[in-house]
Amino acid sequence: MLEHYLSILIKSIFIENLALSFFLGMCTFLAISKNVKTALGLGVAVIVIQSITVPANQLIYSLLLKKGALVWANGFIDPSTIDFSSLDLTFLSFISYIGVIAAMVQILEMTLDKFFPPLYNALGIFLPLITVNCAILGGSLFMEQRKYDFVEACFYGLGSGIGWAFAIAALAGIREKLKYSDVPPPLRGLGITFITVGLMALAFMSFSGIQL
Amino acid sequence: MKALRDALDKVHPFFEKGALLEKAYPVYEALDTFLYTPGEVATGSTHVRDAIDLKRMMTTVVVALIPVTLFGMWNIGYQANYAIQEMAAVGMDSSGDWHHWIHEAIGFGHNPSNFLDNFVLGAIHFLPIYIVCMFVGGHIEMVFSVLRGHEINEGFLVTGLLFPLTLPPTIPLWQVALGIAFGVIVAKEVFGGTGRNFLNVALASRAFLYFAYSGEISGDKVWTAADGFSGATALGQMANAAPSETIANPAIASLGSVSYAWGETGAISWMSAFLGTIQGCIGETSTLLCFVGAAILIAAGVGSWKVMSGVVGGALVTSLLLNGFNQGTNPMMGVPFYWHMVIGGLAFGLVFMATDPVSAAMTEKGKWIYGGLIGFMTILIRAVNPAFPEGIMLAILFGNVFAPLIDYFVVYFNVRRRLARYATT
Repeated sequence: MLEHYLSILIKSIFIENLALSFFLGMCTFLAISKNVKTALGLGVAVIVIQSITVPANQLIYSLLLKKGALVWANGFIDPSTIDFSSLDLTFLSFISYIGVIAAMVQILEMTLDKFFPPLYNALGIFLPLITVNCAILGGSLFMEQRKYDFVEACFYGLGSGIGWAFAIAALAGIREKLKYSDVPPPLRGLGITFITVGLMALAFMSFSGIQL
Repeated sequence: MKALRDALDKVHPFFEKGALLEKAYPVYEALDTFLYTPGEVATGSTHVRDAIDLKRMMTTVVVALIPVTLFGMWNIGYQANYAIQEMAAVGMDSSGDWHHWIHEAIGFGHNPSNFLDNFVLGAIHFLPIYIVCMFVGGHIEMVFSVLRGHEINEGFLVTGLLFPLTLPPTIPLWQVALGIAFGVIVAKEVFGGTGRNFLNVALASRAFLYFAYSGEISGDKVWTAADGFSGATALGQMANAAPSETIANPAIASLGSVSYAWGETGAISWMSAFLGTIQGCIGETSTLLCFVGAAILIAAGVGSWKVMSGVVGGALVTSLLLNGFNQGTNPMMGVPFYWHMVIGGLAFGLVFMATDPVSAAMTEKGKWIYGGLIGFMTILIRAVNPAFPEGIMLAILFGNVFAPLIDYFVVYFNVRRRLARYATT
């Protein structure tokens, strides 16, 4: 069983890397990769948020939203008025996931502010920005699509966060090196970053096709 | 010689600033410094006094590549002639394409034991690829240097020789042109030219072709320059060997009877794989001559022995680990290290590609980590990834992506260590 969880972890870090094989979370990925230090801070924040929200959303999905998930509520309300066993609330998944993510980011922000002020100050604006990072929502939606159970969701959340952090750290390393490049003026800034990310994805193709 | 110098000096005024051909100065400069030592000295505040410059460094790599190139040419011809001979023996006719028409038109035969027959046929295959590569890539380089006002760099001589050597001899020439154009423009010139890219240019070109036309150059089928001949490469054979618990090394046992399209079987011994008389890409087959190239690079101080040892070490440890975990289900996992070294492009990649000073890690400790990562990834892709029979190309690109990060951490920990040392004393 442990092997199965490990394979989910490895897969989500390398093979199904959120940034370099699905190209999710590109806005933050491109904007906050100018130097390694802040990129690493953001990466750690993403790892923490991702490994909290994906399992939390898994619980919400399996206990509230999934078709028939609310069957436990039948005991509280007279079944003749409303039948919970056929209730399908999956149309609410997007709004509830993003709500959970926003709430979790807020809680994490307050916790860091209270107990770890240095880290809070180091992350600064990046922490609230994670709320609108599509890699985070993408992680929860992949969790739903692949029907992970709670433990699988824990490993997937951790792995996909680590994978994204890896990718942004590598990109930041390359961009620091590219300071010495002589890029044609029209391509400077985001243009060359897009090309760089494309070439990085080419190198990450080495994992495509591995079956675990 | 004096006449040449005079001729160059005579046209020099035309290329000076404000003169008629000012824009074409890089073209003139490239020709002049290719023929003569540059007359200018460095101005400005930072100086490095060294007998070697970028030009001589790149030329050293080209010299180190010459044995591999010459052997590669002979081997293409040898493999093709051998295949034609074997096919004729079972009554099959290999008509061949335009390469063979030229070969026969200038009066050479198809005798695999005749050195010239092999070499000429190989040269007829290799030279068009090389010429197309240099022509297309060189012109792109020239246009960029004229437009952007930087010098034409000898870096392209290396890229332009490395790239054809990683290609199969049967590749269509338009693919060569497309691949080198992608590599030179997207992997190098948009970053500002030689020394400013982060991926190895030759490998980026190769990877582009690999994914764009994967059916033709994925590396599991042999590319012998003879029609109607096909079979699996050594790596392809190993990967497809029937898993077996009774035979110690089913992957290697399968090499004892490599089968080809006409039904004959041959055998690949370790020695032939080491010397290079096996099927494969043009430059990659001979491990021995790659090591000769490695000796030249290390002796001249151009290639880093740390990167090379790192790759060998990483590959050694990984293959030993995989041998230990081998449960008999995946034959590639049981392949011992000394076989991994001689088949596929591992030796060629680790000597000539991984040591590319531009895309490799810069710090001394980082070189070990970078090399180890490449060796680890190569064996891992070969053994674990069923989609790709060969792993060295993608492993080096992967190493290139992480090299700046490795450097960052080596420097970071070094700074932290020394700060701590000064804080206590």
